[in-house]
Amino acid sequence: MTQLLEVRSLDKRFGGLHVTRNVSFSLAEGERLALIGPNGAGKTTLVNQISGVLRPDSGAIHLRGENVTRQHQAGRVRAGLARTFQITTLAPHFPVQRQIELALFERERLTWRAWRGIDSYPALQAEAQELLARFGLRRHAATPTQDLAYGEQRLVEMALALALRPQVLLLDEPMAGVPKGDGARLLAALDALPRELGVLIVEHDMELVFRFATRILVLAEGAVLADGTPEQIRRDPKVRAAYLGN
Amino acid sequence: MNTMTLLRARLQKPDASAPRCAPPSRAPLVALVIGLVACTLLPQHASLLTRVFITALLVLSLDLAVGVAGLATLGHAALFGVGAYAAGIFALKVMPDPLVGLGIGVAAGALLAFASGAFLLRYQGFTFLMLTVAVAQIVLSLAQKARDWTGGDDGLSGFTVRPLLGRFVFDLEGRVAALYALAVLVIALYLLRRLVDSPFGLAVRGIHENRARMAALGTPVYARLLVLYTVAGAVAGAAGALSAQTTAVVGLDSLSFALSAEALVMLILGGAGRLTGALVGATVFTLLHHTAASINPYHWLFVVGILLMLVVLVPPAKAWAWLRSRVGAGS
Repeated sequence: MTQLLEVRSLDKRFGGLHVTRNVSFSLAEGERLALIGPNGAGKTTLVNQISGVLRPDSGAIHLRGENVTRQHQAGRVRAGLARTFQITTLAPHFPVQRQIELALFERERLTWRAWRGIDSYPALQAEAQELLARFGLRRHAATPTQDLAYGEQRLVEMALALALRPQVLLLDEPMAGVPKGDGARLLAALDALPRELGVLIVEHDMELVFRFATRILVLAEGAVLADGTPEQIRRDPKVRAAYLGN
Repeated sequence: MNTMTLLRARLQKPDASAPRCAPPSRAPLVALVIGLVACTLLPQHASLLTRVFITALLVLSLDLAVGVAGLATLGHAALFGVGAYAAGIFALKVMPDPLVGLGIGVAAGALLAFASGAFLLRYQGFTFLMLTVAVAQIVLSLAQKARDWTGGDDGLSGFTVRPLLGRFVFDLEGRVAALYALAVLVIALYLLRRLVDSPFGLAVRGIHENRARMAALGTPVYARLLVLYTVAGAVAGAAGALSAQTTAVVGLDSLSFALSAEALVMLILGGAGRLTGALVGATVFTLLHHTAASINPYHWLFVVGILLMLVVLVPPAKAWAWLRSRVGAGS
């Protein structure tokens, strides 16, 4: 299997707080890797370093063999990385379809174009509609994202990430704050992710983690506590003690 | 709700951020027709109309920065003033052709916006706002010191401008000046309309809405904002150049904090983010200034203050509902 993402000896401190301690792992094509750990374990900080929001103090991040450690977020997106956020991060007043089109414009590197109107790209509009249909959001095409239910906003986040045609997808707590009723649609969306995509998911819902992940990485106090298959993690006494409880 | 929240709400109306795609030529055509009608019906007020058109161009530029990109600035007069001084000095020392001078003003505004924006755009919110004031004060101070070039406190004067296109002499009544300013305003509005409704404009509006989201989509946020700010500088520079050419004088007030603040007030009056709101705000404010100041030159700002309070405190929907009920009651 091709390695898509390789994280090597990543280290990060916020003053006296050591939030990432010598973390190394890799993510292969088609793999579903869950990143779990107690609150404050440094999961989101790690995701932020991988996506380029934060710069690590030391260590390296390779995307498809390319060292992207010093690259900005834009460079990492171009290298094939997309992410969603723990707290929904959308353009609140943009209609849903416009927002998807924006991601498509960015993917096709059209946002330097300053003459042709945004409605004169029919192929991208069709692709945006197809993406909306895939996520069951077609009827909300003209709705500003702030007027959507929270679960649907999470779906828009996922649609935006997929619009970029990534090879590595970082999902930061996709189920956080989603009411039970909307959970099924999100689970279906997760199941329908392209097979070849490498997915790193941060999630607290253990039922989802053990159902979705092919591998689990456990983080505690910024360091890797365990890395293995769901079965190995389930039986690991260190994990049980630190996170799952006895 | 505190004052800042209310102001922010006025500067970031939902309908202003939601991308719409009206034909880019509609608003410029309407502006052209209204402008031409005004110039035809009110030839005796040509110099006032020129001031309206030039101010509208300045506020249009400010709308690009504040309303479209979300860069709240109180230093926009620096870009206007630099354009005015550049066009004035060019006419005095090099050549008095108005269109070349206009180009020089555009270039000067763009250059200052690019140079200052390269530094300013690394910051956001109040830090950005305060730094724009600082940059404008530095430019004002430099203009004050460079007396040999700018005339210092006395202002820059003594330059003339050749006939427009070699044919149209700038007459004393200011009719050619008004039509010249209107033409530049309409062309700028058309170009900016296209810019705002393009994928580039959409990306910039996306940055205004949510920077983190745009960065996650792979948008080079800083680079996009720098280009946008440079364009805004070019338009403000054009307004400054027009002001210099049509009045044949450039004073330090063209770089003042008061001008930056007034431009922002006009933008709030007209509504930010739509471009056309800038035209409405500039027209209302300039005409109000002219009328109220001629009635009472000492207290005219009182009227503007009341109007501004109404615009900020009364939601537009409520104002429309009230107006409709009054009209309904009257009929």
